[in-house]
Amino acid sequence: MTATDIRASSATLDRSAIVKPRNMGQIVRWLLLFLGGILMVMPIAYMISTSLKWPHEVYNVNLIPEEPTIENYTYVLEDGRFYWWFVNSIIIATITTISNLLFDSLVGYTLCKFRFPGRQIVFIAILSTLMIPTEMLVIPWYLMSQSMGWLDSYWGIMFPGLMTAFGTFLMKQFFESVPDDFIEAARIDGLNELQIWWTVAMPLVKPALAALAIFVFLGNWTAFLWPLIVTNSVEMYTIPVGLSGFGDEADVAWELIMTGAAISTIPTLVVFLIFQRFIIRGVVMAGLKG
Amino acid sequence: MQFYSNLSIKQKQIVWAWGFLALPVLFYGIIRFYPTGTAFVISFQEWNLLGDRTWIGWENYIELWNDPVFWKVFVNTFEYLLIGTPLSLVVSFIIAYHLDKLRFMHGFLRMLYFLPFMTSAVAMAWVWRWFYQDVPIGLFNNLLAAIGIPQIAFLNSTTNALPAVLAPAVWAGLGFQVIIFMAGLRAIPQSYYEAAKIDGVGWWTVLTQITIPLLRPTIVFIVVFSSIGFLRIFDHVFNMTTNNPGGPLNSTKPLVLMIYDIAFNGFNMGYAAAQTVVLFLILLLVSLAQLWLLRSD
Repeated sequence: MTATDIRASSATLDRSAIVKPRNMGQIVRWLLLFLGGILMVMPIAYMISTSLKWPHEVYNVNLIPEEPTIENYTYVLEDGRFYWWFVNSIIIATITTISNLLFDSLVGYTLCKFRFPGRQIVFIAILSTLMIPTEMLVIPWYLMSQSMGWLDSYWGIMFPGLMTAFGTFLMKQFFESVPDDFIEAARIDGLNELQIWWTVAMPLVKPALAALAIFVFLGNWTAFLWPLIVTNSVEMYTIPVGLSGFGDEADVAWELIMTGAAISTIPTLVVFLIFQRFIIRGVVMAGLKG
Repeated sequence: MQFYSNLSIKQKQIVWAWGFLALPVLFYGIIRFYPTGTAFVISFQEWNLLGDRTWIGWENYIELWNDPVFWKVFVNTFEYLLIGTPLSLVVSFIIAYHLDKLRFMHGFLRMLYFLPFMTSAVAMAWVWRWFYQDVPIGLFNNLLAAIGIPQIAFLNSTTNALPAVLAPAVWAGLGFQVIIFMAGLRAIPQSYYEAAKIDGVGWWTVLTQITIPLLRPTIVFIVVFSSIGFLRIFDHVFNMTTNNPGGPLNSTKPLVLMIYDIAFNGFNMGYAAAQTVVLFLILLLVSLAQLWLLRSD
């Protein structure tokens, strides 16, 4: 147990000592926060509930469907398009995440642990790209994709996000906590620098890698503007682009739109519910250190 | 190999470092820096994507200055910022402040507030769009009808549409801010509160004299983070107004939607690029403000 752990647990004890069962203030506070929390998840609950309703029931305000059905899901998936879009999104988000984990950590590690001419310049150059909004780059990226033949392809959707300055700095921060002695010892053992990075340093920053993976995956899963610009055939759409076009079709019913929305949202919600503690810790780490 | 083994340890390190950085440096050069330069150059050109690129100097910026739609969009963008940022800051602080004082089912409550952050903006924009429909379709108006309150035109009204579009954006971001605030609250040493307790100081004084001043770095981070988010709002507006993007009568159109529309529907690349430069400058000011605020500590 480290010093911070002890402090954290004693803080928990202090706080639980404040909470007496008959403390009315605490009960009111709990009830209000609970009501607020229920309101917060209502849009998600209504989305899922409507996706399970028959058409005649869709405009009733009841949250629990009278006769739940998976008919909407069967209909939407049989149509085939959501299936492609789902697969596209999975492939794109996965490859981008792997690329970020490898390159952001390699660059972060190099900037953190090596001393070489040009280090400061590379550091500042990558830092300065944080100031450039993606919206400014989409026009040049589009022109670049057009002249290179990248439009409407996986590569075209992915290339802008393969490395991020945010991820690089997050990783650099965390490599600071890897003792130089470990690296020195590995060098004496005859490992080369690539092996040291992969077998010595990387295992020590696993929590940071996990946090980065969550951020990159979620970011690419929900990305909209660039995939909207770079794709033009229906088979290449990602889930958000596909859903946007699907919702806009002339005679599509609301329960089917809700089903599409649920298909795009449920995977991230499930992942969150499984790894909740872990993800929240990662968000705090990334938010405060990145 | 002979050459490599003759190098000193220090020289070997340099070779490795640049070996590791070669591909990334190339990436940042080609995918970030070169396009940034291109965006500035195009903003001084007239170009419809098919014909020639002609240099027209400041013409695009002058046109922008005289374009009433641009000013409408500019005002809208700042409306998103000026409503969204304070609202989400205050609400998320209140939630975090009280949630921090509770232990019973703490994790469950926190989950409820955080869940919307894990959703996709496009999906939830469609859900909220459905909520906003008129009777007998939309949930909100159906609920209003059930308790006998007159209908509200949400997305069809030039005054209500912007707040209606903003609501899901604020909603989705709250959980993140709550989590960051709670981490900030945890970082405040308990001894301050114990000292205050011994001195018999009231909760309001504790809040305004201890908690909020010590949370300053957290508050600055959240303000800047959410400001940048609201200035770049696009997904929600685009998806909630697909039948009339940015409508009704441009009342919800933010800068990024105007850029998208002019570049990829109008193919007026130079004019759109000039607007991206304006967006860049606004965001730069916000980031510099953050640095300035944090430095004066």
